[in-house]
Amino acid sequence: MAKFESLTGNDAAAHALRQCKPDVAAAYPITPQTELMHKFAEFVANGKVDTEVILVESEHSAMSAAIGSSAAGARTFTATSANGLALMWEVVYIAASNRLPIVMPEVNRALSGPINIHCDHSDSMGCRDSGWIQLFCENGQEAYDTVIQAFRISENPKVLLPTMICFDGFIISHTNEPVAMLKDEAVSQFVGVYKPDRALLDVENPYTFGPLDLPEWYFEHKRQQVEAMRNSFEVIESVGAEFGKLSGRPYGLMDGYRMEDAEVVLVALGSTCGTARVAVDVAREQGVKAGLLKLRAFRPFPIKQLRQALSKAKVVGVFDRSISFGIEGGPLFHEVRSSLYGGKQPVIPFVYGLGGRDIRVEQIAEAFKTLQQVGKSGAMDRDVEFIGLRD
Amino acid sequence: MSKLPNWRELATGGIVPKGGNSDEKDVSGWRTYRPIHDKQKCINCLRCWIFCPDSAIQAKDGKITGIDYKHCKGCGICAAECPKKVTAITMKLESEIKKD
Ligand code: SF4
Ligand code: SF4
Repeated sequence: MAKFESLTGNDAAAHALRQCKPDVAAAYPITPQTELMHKFAEFVANGKVDTEVILVESEHSAMSAAIGSSAAGARTFTATSANGLALMWEVVYIAASNRLPIVMPEVNRALSGPINIHCDHSDSMGCRDSGWIQLFCENGQEAYDTVIQAFRISENPKVLLPTMICFDGFIISHTNEPVAMLKDEAVSQFVGVYKPDRALLDVENPYTFGPLDLPEWYFEHKRQQVEAMRNSFEVIESVGAEFGKLSGRPYGLMDGYRMEDAEVVLVALGSTCGTARVAVDVAREQGVKAGLLKLRAFRPFPIKQLRQALSKAKVVGVFDRSISFGIEGGPLFHEVRSSLYGGKQPVIPFVYGLGGRDIRVEQIAEAFKTLQQVGKSGAMDRDVEFIGLRD
Repeated sequence: MSKLPNWRELATGGIVPKGGNSDEKDVSGWRTYRPIHDKQKCINCLRCWIFCPDSAIQAKDGKITGIDYKHCKGCGICAAECPKKVTAITMKLESEIKKD
């Protein structure tokens, strides 16, 4: 029987980071990520882990320091949220294109403005094309487990891409939940020692890092990133399965709930999946054959597996916790609908929870009913429906 | 273009995977001005040799032997550092040299 601790998502992630024994951490505080780094700095100050913590003056510097450290051959992490991620922007892309396996908990928070510190996914979604792996978590346990897996995924020689562990600000980051922790020894064995192929501090084998990449080279390097993303599907799945053997909690690219005979399926990310699972049960009692598809990997986006999982659905609803102005529906909706291209089922966009607006079981159960009606009418195109908005 | 490696053959991450390779690259085309060294005037103080950011001033046994034009980028630091009373290095427009 696993021993449970009562931990916030931030503390759970900080424990996971401590157990992975990173060589270097560089970070700048931003709500709601602050307590994560606070806890980690406490571990360092108390001698629980010997990571070199670099205190920097901004998030741009945090990611820049992380890039230097990772290129030097050190296992490196940083952590951020919302506007912090936005300030990192330029170097977020550079970390990925220089193929550095940096790990970054990204505590989801709405981007300003108007200024808001609560949860939505606009921050992570903004850098969905930056070349980072993005894994979304439903709760503190998943945040803990995913941090541990992230080092293995990123550092795999077939991948060598940075990984963002996305978990909902406040809802996960500041809420105490039971979290089953692995033993320190078990985690350090699972993640292993980081032995990069190339390291700038390896003076016997010098190389040039970050040179100018002119038109006759740049395109090929982008193609290599595409390949690394493609390779990462298999690595995410195999690391998740191996982690399952160790912990009893296997992970994949996505996770279904009551999908076997589901006709009305909702696709969602993050903490809302916990609420949606209850809403599936409620909708089923009300006579809707409801199901939930929780997506874990947003990048890489598992098109084939998603299409397979949704092959029997008569209608699909997509819950976005971020918005894309000028087009109906958010980024998740567009990826899901494009994955189902050629299919006969309507795919319907919902936007909810912006700026931390709460989402309740009844609202999701209501969405299932709406979906069932749309399914019957066969209407393929529908404007986005805003859930929980004062209309 | 055909001789360049394809994406599978190329080192990942846009790195140059070995050291010392800048020596192979001809960057003479980056130059607008060319430093011309006058052996007659030169007192071999080696200031230019110390200050050249591209190690393009060549010296042997304490004496300037010439300028490596394959790597000199024409910044003019050598000419500026050469003692005022000596001025053994003058910068000349490449376009004018080509006309000659
Ligand atoms: S012009 Fe600049 S690069 Fe050329 S030799 Fe002089 S100092 Fe060196
Ligand atoms: S600085 Fe002038 S005088 Fe001194 S070595 Fe160079 S060219 Fe000769």
